[in-house]
Amino acid sequence: MNNKIIIFLASVLLPFIGKAQEMAGPEMADTFRSEGKIYVVITVISIIFICLIGYLVYIDTKLRKLENKK
Amino acid sequence: MIKWWKILSALLILYTLVWGMLGSVPRLDILNETIRNVYYHVPIWFAMLFQMGYSVVYAIKQLSKNDLKTDIISNQAAETGLFFALPGLLTGCMWAKFTWGTWWTFQDPKLNGVAIAILIYLAYFILRSSIDDEQKRARIAAVYNIFAFVMMFVFIMILPRLTDSLHPGNGGNPAFAKYDMNSDMRMIFYPAVIGWVLLSLWILDVKKRLALLRHKQNEQ
Repeated sequence: MNNKIIIFLASVLLPFIGKAQEMAGPEMADTFRSEGKIYVVITVISIIFICLIGYLVYIDTKLRKLENKK
Repeated sequence: MIKWWKILSALLILYTLVWGMLGSVPRLDILNETIRNVYYHVPIWFAMLFQMGYSVVYAIKQLSKNDLKTDIISNQAAETGLFFALPGLLTGCMWAKFTWGTWWTFQDPKLNGVAIAILIYLAYFILRSSIDDEQKRARIAAVYNIFAFVMMFVFIMILPRLTDSLHPGNGGNPAFAKYDMNSDMRMIFYPAVIGWVLLSLWILDVKKRLALLRHKQNEQ
């Protein structure tokens, strides 16, 4: 009796499991963001970029001083 | 103080660095998450093309005005453009490795075109540095610069569109603007292009002022 129910359920539900996998589509980093640590990477990238821009500002102002000397 | 457009460029790029990672992108086979490279790899090439365009405008100015300063600006812009080709090539190789499966392919006319264009511009620097007479150097460099820009435009923008290319928007491939990019991506892509072009202008501004200062010192 039990076996019959299991076979029945399996025959009804298994095709859906297969379909669910098909519908998932191309693999993306879905859990990447939910783990939260992506924000650390974004902060690191931002800090590096801000430092680079800061350096460019520093060079720019130094150059202006040199230009105004004349 | 620092000019407003320089601050704008920094803010725009910072915005694209953060939202380029967090924003939603279409789910595509093969590309997967690497579609985000559109925010970083493509604007670098836009900046390179912009600098070469800037360079050729000043080359034409040099020929009409015969002012040595325009020659210096033209040369500095070409140098900045060539500098931007380096991260453009490296990021392109990286992206190609993980989507097309190879670092470099000679099957793609855009890659070959870029390689030839870079060689043409390297010849420009060698030609310019090999002439001692300033007036002569300015004129010959300007004439070659116009030739180099036209050749680059043909090799990068025209020929890849006529034959098969792996790049979107070339050959039989649809441009990313048509199918692959959704409106969320455009909100990040366009600011990225403006931001990187402005940043390249900032770098050019610093290089140009330094070169003009050196020129002034040599005259005295």
